Amino acid sequence: MATVGPMRVKDAVGRYGEELAASHLGQQGMEILARNWRCPEGELDIIGREDGALIFVEVKTRSTTAFGDPAEAITPAKAQRIHRLALRWLAEQRAGGNSLGNWSELRFDVVTIVRLAEGGPKLRHLRGAF
Amino acid sequence: MSLARTLGVALTGVQGDVIEIEADVADSSLPGLQFTGLADATVVESRDRIRAALTNSGITWPNKRITLALFPADVRKVGSRFDLGMAMALLGAAKQIPADALNGVVWIAELGLDGRLRAVRGVLPSIVAARRAGYRRMVVAAGNAAEAALVPDVDVRAAENLRELLDWFLGLGPAPAPAQRAAEPSLDAPVPDLADVAGQSAAKRALEISAAGHHHLYLVGVPGAGKTMLAERLPGLLPDLDDDAALEVTAVHSVAGRLDAETGLIRRPPLQAPHHTASMAALVGGGSGLARPGAISLAHHGCLFLDEAPEFSASSLDALRQPLEKGQVVLHRSGGVVRYPANFQLLLAANPCPCGARPDDCICTPPVRRRYLQRISGPLLDRIDLRVQVDPVLHAELFETAGERVASGTVAERVASARAAARERWADSGWQLNSQAPGSQLRRGRWALPRTVIRPAEDYLRRGELSVRGLDRVLRVAWTIADLGGRTVPELADVAEALYFRSGASSWAA
Repeated sequence: MATVGPMRVKDAVGRYGEELAASHLGQQGMEILARNWRCPEGELDIIGREDGALIFVEVKTRSTTAFGDPAEAITPAKAQRIHRLALRWLAEQRAGGNSLGNWSELRFDVVTIVRLAEGGPKLRHLRGAF
Repeated sequence: MSLARTLGVALTGVQGDVIEIEADVADSSLPGLQFTGLADATVVESRDRIRAALTNSGITWPNKRITLALFPADVRKVGSRFDLGMAMALLGAAKQIPADALNGVVWIAELGLDGRLRAVRGVLPSIVAARRAGYRRMVVAAGNAAEAALVPDVDVRAAENLRELLDWFLGLGPAPAPAQRAAEPSLDAPVPDLADVAGQSAAKRALEISAAGHHHLYLVGVPGAGKTMLAERLPGLLPDLDDDAALEVTAVHSVAGRLDAETGLIRRPPLQAPHHTASMAALVGGGSGLARPGAISLAHHGCLFLDEAPEFSASSLDALRQPLEKGQVVLHRSGGVVRYPANFQLLLAANPCPCGARPDDCICTPPVRRRYLQRISGPLLDRIDLRVQVDPVLHAELFETAGERVASGTVAERVASARAAARERWADSGWQLNSQAPGSQLRRGRWALPRTVIRPAEDYLRRGELSVRGLDRVLRVAWTIADLGGRTVPELADVAEALYFRSGASSWAA
C-alpha cells in the first residue's frame, strides 16, 4: 500500500486547493477549458475563458503562512515557465484543430488558498497577476 | 617567328575570367619551352604533359624555342585546365594547324600523357563566364560534356582526345559531337518521407514553418527522439530550385569537384551534414592558396544540418554568422580573395546535455547542462527563429501506423502555397521570403500589425524575455504561420505560436 509521506500530504493539499479554486472560478462565471494539463515541460493548473480572454490560473495552496503569502512562491523564473507552458498549450490546441473560439487576450491569474487549522479556507483571486 | 592565340577560362571561386593564351615559336634560338604571365606551378607542370600528349598523338614536337604566355598577366591561373588551350596555341604557332581556325574557340581540358582529354573541375562556371564574355564556341573533355551542356545558347564540342581535334582542324575527320545534356535525375527519386517519423507533432510543425519561410531551426532533445530523422526530411519539403538557383548550386558543386560525369543540373535543394569534427576549412571553405568551397557553400539554396551542434568548435560555429547575414562567404588566402555563395537554411540539433541519457537517468549537474548548451553562442542563437524541444517518443506514437501521419508531399504542397502567398505580398518590396523582410518594416512600416495582435509578444518584450531582434523574428515567423493557414494577415494566435517556437529551447536551457 502507498505510504503517507510528507510529499503525499503536500500533493493532497494542492489537489484540494485546485478543486476549491476551480469551483470558485466556475461560480464567478469563468468557463473552465482544462485542468491539470501536463506536458514534459510542466503542468498548468487551470485554463479558462472569460470575456474574450484565455486565462491561465496558477493555484497556490498553503496550510500555513509561516513561509509568506502563497503568491510569493511565484518567482520570475516560475512565471516565465508558465508563460511558455501557456504558449505550448495554445500551439497544441491549434495542432489538434481546436480553434478555441473568440479570444483576444492572454491573462495569467493566481488563486491563493490558505487553510489554517481553524476557520474556513481563505481564497484570493489575483487577476492578471503576472 | 610565328604566333597563334587561343582562349581559356581562369577560375577564382565560382568567378570565371576568359584569358588569352599566346604561343610563339622562334627559329633562331635554342630549343625549349617557357611560360610567362602569372602561371601557377600547376600550370608550368603542363610542359611535360603537353609534350608527351603531342608526341603520343603522332605529332612531331617542334624542336624550337617556344614561349607560352597567358594574358591578362594579373589574373591568377591555377591548375591543369589550360593544357588543351596551350597545346592548340602551340600547334597553331608551329603551323601544324591553321592558326585562324582557332579564333574565338574557348578550350577547357586537361591533357593526359596519351593525348586524352581529361575532365576538370568547374567547367560549368567557366562556360557561363565565357558566354557572358561573348564567346559561343567551346571545346571540353568528353567527361565534362554533360556538365558543359547545361549552359544554354552555346556550341560546346566534347572530344575524347587530341588526335580527334587535330583531324577536325585538318579536315581529315568529322567535328566532335555537340555536348549532350545528361537525363535530369528523376525528381521523384526516393527521399525520406515525413511519415516515417513517429509523433513529434510540434517538431514537424516547426519543420513546416521553417520550410515555408526559410527560417533557421534549432532542435534540442534526447538521443533517439528523431532529431536527425526530422532534419533529413527538410529538403523534401522545399520546392525545386528555379533555373538561376539550380545553375548557381551546380556551379559550386562543380568547383568543389562534387559533380560526377552523368549529373544533370542540381534541381533539388542540397543537404549538407558535416560531422562535428569537420575543420573550419571544411565547413566554411578554405585550403591553401586559393580557398575551395566548404559545406556552407555546397548547402547553397539548401540546408546545412549540424548534428550535435554544441560539439562543433566555437570558432567554427561563429564563422557561420557572417554567411548567415550576407548569404555568401568571403575567404582571404595568400592566393587571393574568393567569394562563394552560401545562402543556406541552418538546422541545428543538440542533446540537452553531454551524457545524452534520458531525463530520468541523466547524471549531468545543472551547471554542466547549462554550459553544454551555451556552447551555441548567443549571437548565433539569436539568428535562429525556431527552437523546438523534441520530446522522447511515446510508446503509443511509435506504433501508430504511417497512414495516420502526414506525408512530406502534403506538407510540401502547403509550403509551396505559403511561399507563393509571401512572394505575392512582398512583390513590390523586392524580397521573396518572410525571413528576408526587414524588421523595421514589420514593426512600424506598412506591414505593422495592430497592437491587439502583437500584445503577447510585447508582453514578452516588456518583461525582458524577448529582445527587439527577437521580436522581429517572432513577427516574421507569425507571417509565415499566417501564410500556411491561408490568412492574409497574422492573428493573435499566429503571434502566440511564433512566440512559442521562439522561446523554445532557450528558456529550457537556462
